[in-house]
Amino acid sequence: MSSSLPPTHLAIALDGTGWHPGSWLQPHSRAAEVFSGAYWTDLAREAERGLIDFVTIEDSLTVQGASPLDPTPVPGQGRLRGRLDASLLASFAATRTEHIGLVPTITTTHTEPFHVSKNLATLDHVSNGRAGWRVQVSGRPGEAEHFGRRTIPGSFDPNSSPEEKSARVGELFDEATEVVEVVRQLWDSWEHDAEIRDAATGRFIDRDKLHYVDFEGDFFSVRGPSITPRPPQGQPVVTSLGHATVPYELAARGADVLFVTPHDDADADWILAEVRDAEARVRTAETPLLVFADLEVVLDTPGSSGAERLAALGEAAGDEFASDALIFTGSAPELAALIGRWRGRGYAGFRLRPAEHAVDLPAITSELVPLLQEAGVFRTAYDQPTLRDRLGLPVATNRYATAS
Amino acid sequence: MPKQVILGAHFPGVNNTTVWSDPRSGSHIEFESFRRFAQTAERGRFDFLFLAEGLALREQRGHIHDLDVVGRPDTLPVLAALAGVTEHLGLVGTINATFNEPYELARQFATLDLLSQGRAGWNVVTSSDAFTGRNFRRGGYLPREHRYARAESQVTANRHLWDSWDQDAVVADRESGQFRTGRDGDFAYTSHFFDIHGTFNTPRPTQGHPVIFQAGDSDDGREFAARTADAIFTGHGSGDDGRAFYRDIKGRLARYGRDPEDLKILPAATFIVGSTDEEARRISDTVRRQQVSGQTAQLILERIWNRDLSGFDPDGPLPDIEPESHPGALVQGRVQHVKDPAAEVARLRQLAADKNLSLREVAIEISARQNFVGSPETIADTLIESVETGVSDGYILVPHITPGGLDDFVDHVVPILTQRGALRSEYAAGSTLRDNLALGGARSATAWEAGSAAGLAELAGHELAGHDLAGHDVTERRASA
Repeated sequence: MSSSLPPTHLAIALDGTGWHPGSWLQPHSRAAEVFSGAYWTDLAREAERGLIDFVTIEDSLTVQGASPLDPTPVPGQGRLRGRLDASLLASFAATRTEHIGLVPTITTTHTEPFHVSKNLATLDHVSNGRAGWRVQVSGRPGEAEHFGRRTIPGSFDPNSSPEEKSARVGELFDEATEVVEVVRQLWDSWEHDAEIRDAATGRFIDRDKLHYVDFEGDFFSVRGPSITPRPPQGQPVVTSLGHATVPYELAARGADVLFVTPHDDADADWILAEVRDAEARVRTAETPLLVFADLEVVLDTPGSSGAERLAALGEAAGDEFASDALIFTGSAPELAALIGRWRGRGYAGFRLRPAEHAVDLPAITSELVPLLQEAGVFRTAYDQPTLRDRLGLPVATNRYATAS
Repeated sequence: MPKQVILGAHFPGVNNTTVWSDPRSGSHIEFESFRRFAQTAERGRFDFLFLAEGLALREQRGHIHDLDVVGRPDTLPVLAALAGVTEHLGLVGTINATFNEPYELARQFATLDLLSQGRAGWNVVTSSDAFTGRNFRRGGYLPREHRYARAESQVTANRHLWDSWDQDAVVADRESGQFRTGRDGDFAYTSHFFDIHGTFNTPRPTQGHPVIFQAGDSDDGREFAARTADAIFTGHGSGDDGRAFYRDIKGRLARYGRDPEDLKILPAATFIVGSTDEEARRISDTVRRQQVSGQTAQLILERIWNRDLSGFDPDGPLPDIEPESHPGALVQGRVQHVKDPAAEVARLRQLAADKNLSLREVAIEISARQNFVGSPETIADTLIESVETGVSDGYILVPHITPGGLDDFVDHVVPILTQRGALRSEYAAGSTLRDNLALGGARSATAWEAGSAAGLAELAGHELAGHDLAGHDVTERRASA
C-alpha cells in the first residue's frame, strides 16, 4: 500500500449520534447529551486522538428528514431531531482541542455573506488556524419559509421537471459561488500586517492595508472591508459536497476540498474524471481540488460484523438505511484496503461518516488509523499547526496585498 | 445587608477608552485576551461578560478611522468559545436586530445557551444606517422610525421560536423509542417585518429565553426596553442624572404589567483603582491624556462640529468657526449623540472660558471622564451607595487596558464588596444568568405580547390601531400601505 503517493488525509463527518437513523437507539449512544457541549468535545477529542485531519459538523436550517437521501422532514417523535448551530459548536470545541481542524456547515442561501465571513474568520482566530467551512445550499421550500424573504419552489421536488429542477439548482449554486467568492474577498480585505500600533504617529492600523471589496454580484453586493482582521490561515479551508456537475463546478470555482460519493472502483474513476473536467473548465486557482471520497462506515466489532450491525441498526430505525454514499461494512483491514485502492486512483483523502459515533469513531481511531500508519500512508503525529498546512495547501496569498 | 451589586465586564473595544499604546496592552483579536479577561471576571464572581459588535469599520473625513483599536472578532463565536473556558460567567453579546433574521439568531442564541448551560444574553441594538447596510443583502432599507419596531418584532419572533420546543423535550428514551416529547417545534409568526412559519430545529434554551438587554436612550428606545427587555445597558451612570433615568425607566414598567425588579438598569462605567484616592486621581489624569491625543481630540470635536477641524491646533483654543447643523458624511458608522450642535458648541465655549481649557483639554473633559476613581474602599463605597440610592442596579465596567484591566478591580475592590455583602462570595451551584440577575423564569412570547399590547393600548388611549411602531397591527398596516 505504501508508495510515492502523498499520505492520505482523513476527516470524520459528525452528525447527531452517528449517520444511521437507528444510532441513537443503540447502547452508549449518549443521545440525551447530543445538545450539550461535553458530547461534541468528546467526539472532537476522540478524532484528535486518532490524528484525524479535521471533523466536519453537519447543519441545516430544518429538522432532519427520513434519511440523508430524503431530507424531507418527517413528523413524529421517534427520530433524533434537532441541531445546535454548527459554527458555534466548532468555536466551543476549539477551546477544548489543540490540533484537529474544525469544519462547520454553513448555508449560503439565507445567510448574510458578511456574517459568514467574520464568523469563520473568528473560528480561525479562536482555534489558531484550524478553521474550515463546509459550504451548503439550502434548496428546500420549507427552509425559505423559515426566513420569509424569498420563495424557493420545490427545486428538489421529485415532481418538478428535470429542466425546472436544474434551473433552480443552478441558481442556488450560482448564488453560492458568489457567497464563497465574497467571503474569500472579505478574508483578504485586511492584509496580515495591517495592525501597526504605531505610538509615534498615533495610528493603530495602516489603513492602506485595509481594502474595500466593493463586490457587486447578481444576487447581492457587499462593500467591506471585514470588521474582523485577517484570519491566521489567511484563507480558512473551504470544502463542499457534490454529487453532480453543478456542485462539482461550485467546488472547482471556490473550494479547496470536494467531498464526493463513489460507490465502487469504476464510479471512483468516473467521478474523479468528471471533477477534473469541471476544474479544467472553471478553476482559476493554481492548485487542484483535493478530492475526498465520502464513506458511511459500519465496522466489524468483536461481538458482531459490520453487516450484522447494519441490519440491527436498520431494525431499530424501522427501515433500511438509504445513503448517498457507499455504506462500507466490514473489518478495519478491509476499509484500509479500500482506502489504499482509491488513494491509488487519485483520491487525496476520505471523509468517514460513522454510522454510530459511539462505536465506529473509536474503531476508526483505534483500529483503522494504526493500520494506515503501519502501511506508511497516514501521519504518526500532528506536525503542522494549521489545517491548510496539514492539507498541503499553499500559503494563502492576499489578492489585495501591495508588494513592498 | 446591602442590595447586591450586579457586575458586568465589558471587553474594551473600538473607541478611545482603550489605551492601546500602553505597554501592558495586549491583542484585541487573539482569543487568549478574551480568555484571560473572562476568567478574571469569573474569578471576581461577576455576573457576566459583555461584548459589543461592529458591522462596518468607522470612517471619518472619508477614511477608515485609524487612531483607536480597529477591528474585532465576531461576537457569537467568541462567546461560544468562552463558554468552553468558563463555568459561571454570563455571556452577553450585542447583536444587531436589523441585519439578522430570527430563525438564525434564535438557533445561535439557543446554541450558546445550551453550550453554556444557561449563561447567554443578547444585547439588542438597531441600525437604520445605510452605511452599515452596504455590507448586507438588503442594504440600508430600514427607515429610521422603524428601527425599534423591527427590533421588537425580531425579539418577539425569537421568543416564539424558543417557545416552540418544550423545556426538557429531549427524552431519548431507548425503551419506548421516543426521542422527543411535547410540541414539534412548529411556529408561525407574522408582523409588518416578518412572515415566517415552519419547524424550529434547535431545542429550547436552558434559560427558556436568553436574557435580553437593550441599549438606546431615545424615548422610543426607553419604551421598547420597558416592553421588551430584561436589562438596560445605558450611559446614565451617576448622580441625579442616573437616578432620574432609573426612575423614568422603572416607572414605565407597570404599564406593561411588569414589576420594577423585572428590568435591571446597568450603566457602563470606567474606573481607576489606586492605593489611595490621591494616587487614583493622578493615574486618572494620566489615563485621560493617553485616551485623548491631539488628533483624537480633533476627531471628537469634529463629531460635534460636523466639520473638518484638522487645521486647528489641539493645544490652542476651540475652533472659532460655527458647527454644521446637519450632519453630513463626515462621520460614518458611529452613533451620533449630539442633537443640537450649536447649543453644544456654546456649552463647550463656556466650559473652555470658565476653566481656561485648550481644544484637547475640552475633548478630555467631555469624553474621558472616569466614573469611579479612588482607593478600593472609596470605589466599593460608591458602588454600594449608587445601587442603594437608586442610581442603578449595578454596572458594566469598561477597563482601559486589555486584557489585564480588570485585575486591580478583582483583586482589591471585589473582596471589599464581598465582605460588605454586596457581592456573592461564590456562584450558586447550577445558577443561570437569569438566576444571578434575580430575573425569575422566562415569560412566554405570548405573555410578553399580551403585556406589550395592553401597555400600548394604555399609551394610545385604548386605541391599538396606529401603533404600527410595535409591529402589532399588521392587518391595518398592510391595508393602508
